[in-house]
Amino acid sequence: MATEESTETTGGRTAILPRIWKAGSVPLFSVFLAAFIGAMLLWLSGSNPFTAYWSLLQGALGSPEAIGRTLEKATPLVFSGLAVAFAFKAGLFNIGGQGQLLIGGIVAAYLGFAVDGLPFLIHMPLALLGGSLAGALWAAIAGALKTYTGAHEVITTIMLNYIAINLTDFLANGPWKDTGIIARTPKILDTAVIPTWGFIPLGFVVAVLMAILTYYLLFKTTWGYAIRTTGLNAEAAKYAGIKVGRIIILTMAFSGFLAGMGGAVESLGVIGRYQPGFNVGLGFDGITIALLAKTNPLGVIPAAILLGAMDAGGSQMQFDAGVRFQIIDVIKALILFFVSADIIVRKILGSRAVDEDKVTLSTGWGG
Amino acid sequence: MTTTTAPITKKGVRLDAPLFGRIAIVLLGIAALVYYFLQPQQATAVYASTLRQSTPLILGALCGLIGERTGIINIGIEGQMLLGAFVAFLANVYIGNLFIAVLAGVATGALLGLFLAWMSITLKMDQIIGGTVINIMALGLTSFFYVAGLTTKGKLQPIPLGPLADIPLFGPIFFNNAPITYLTIILVFFFQFALFRTVWGLRTRAVGEHPSAADTVGIRVNTMRYMNTTLAGCLSGLAGAYLTLEAVGSFERGMTNGRGFVALAVMIFGKWTPLGSWGAALLFGFATALQTQFQFLGLDFIPHQFIGMFPYVLTIVVLAGFVGRSRPPAAEGKVYDPE
Repeated sequence: MATEESTETTGGRTAILPRIWKAGSVPLFSVFLAAFIGAMLLWLSGSNPFTAYWSLLQGALGSPEAIGRTLEKATPLVFSGLAVAFAFKAGLFNIGGQGQLLIGGIVAAYLGFAVDGLPFLIHMPLALLGGSLAGALWAAIAGALKTYTGAHEVITTIMLNYIAINLTDFLANGPWKDTGIIARTPKILDTAVIPTWGFIPLGFVVAVLMAILTYYLLFKTTWGYAIRTTGLNAEAAKYAGIKVGRIIILTMAFSGFLAGMGGAVESLGVIGRYQPGFNVGLGFDGITIALLAKTNPLGVIPAAILLGAMDAGGSQMQFDAGVRFQIIDVIKALILFFVSADIIVRKILGSRAVDEDKVTLSTGWGG
Repeated sequence: MTTTTAPITKKGVRLDAPLFGRIAIVLLGIAALVYYFLQPQQATAVYASTLRQSTPLILGALCGLIGERTGIINIGIEGQMLLGAFVAFLANVYIGNLFIAVLAGVATGALLGLFLAWMSITLKMDQIIGGTVINIMALGLTSFFYVAGLTTKGKLQPIPLGPLADIPLFGPIFFNNAPITYLTIILVFFFQFALFRTVWGLRTRAVGEHPSAADTVGIRVNTMRYMNTTLAGCLSGLAGAYLTLEAVGSFERGMTNGRGFVALAVMIFGKWTPLGSWGAALLFGFATALQTQFQFLGLDFIPHQFIGMFPYVLTIVVLAGFVGRSRPPAAEGKVYDPE
């Protein structure tokens, strides 16, 4: 499993189109299969799948506002997808995107409303980076626990999610509470707001830049090389002189940085404050997106837009076709299944190529 | 990872935590008794609640350990519980028979166990991702089919066991429970026996430790894994049924609240043995019981969110303290290819 070395052929020597097809055929087909089963479910529950999907499409891409909404929904998804994909490269499974996002969101909101008298050019980046760093620290806890005690990150990150939910709930109900009854922080100051250009939210641009940065980091730097080597074979990496323990902590930290930034962008660019429960499920979507993108940071962008479009069109679908938008959660789960059970899809497509991006995680609970 | 060979013991519980662990247990027992003599009613309430809170955890842990003893990591316990809880609830609403409802929950868990086995054995998927698929699918299905305002037709009631229930302290805690809680205690001892004293148990452990050796003596490794993962699923489904039919009496979205993951920590803490896990589950049950009783206990000055964090913090502490010192089954998480 861990002996494929062909992942390093990132130089663009082969023609671009076949490469995209090779990388994209399985994910695309998985999406179609999931949509097909979703349609069957809709049909069985008495709705017309064509009307439902059509209004979903309308709600997601039908007008400039709809596209703006799709991009807005896709923004935190890019971040949480990147967070999961990045950790995957080191063989780590960060299921804690949710918690890191919450921590990032609330710290960014705090910096946004509590720090006064700064110009936009300083205040906004400060709040954004502050939130991201908070997310990084939160995730680094799981990394440090893994390095120093061997506690598996799948459980610790999930537990940190629940702790984060309680902690943010406490902050939004207590010390950082807005006046009034609703549990939420005060509105952030204008100087901390991430603006929207036309119908494109600037947060989305930040997300795309971060995806490119993550790609660069993974494939063009020695640090990225060390991360990928650790992910392929931690034992071998150790013998090659890579400090695996430190790589694990740093990888978790950067993964949390990305997720935290997702929360910060949500607070500063979409909600304008922190409000508990605004982003339930984003952490899990990150897993689907990362696998749909085959853990490639650049692939995360289209994958996140796809899921974002589903979220954006969901309410229109519910309104027009009378379909409960929760069907989207089912379709997302099916996408995840087909993408990771690529053996099925490959059989249908008749492709025999071995997947060199296959993620391997289950190596037991030991460090 | 290292070659410390502790494991396949014939004897069940081995709290081979050092002396300090045993002293801690004795001290805890003394503290519990002192508390009982100072505040009998309150203490009894907390302890009874401890046992009840531990029920889904030990069931989940049993599910996890049967899977892992055979070599299949089950990260999908959370999803199995959630969907089991949901189906059991629906069965109760539409059929009205509690017994059938419990069976429906158990069957759901079994089906998801079979699904996990199929993903990890036949499709050779990464087992952790396979479990995650189950978790996400359970979340999606329950939220899609969830209809607000459904009410159950009754829930499982406590059955006092005659004179046993009148024994002070132990009576109200152990002998005045609802059916699934009784069944769970029986299951703990049953599986402790089955795992270490029967042919099934020996084969299960052999398959989880050294599949190719098991294969050469004629044990069908993948069949064994299929069977056990499905059987284990039943237990998670039962845990789900416990939540809707015995503990709460209705279904709420995401009501498992991470119990499936806490159960994994319980399993590790219990060193992959049923009895050890039961001890761990009681500890976690106690942490959760404190949460439900904290107003009684005069702890109102602590914000409730911090009390709410406690079981999760405890999980992390336990994992951090024990994972390195206990050894999981050697072949878990690895695909076994007979060729």
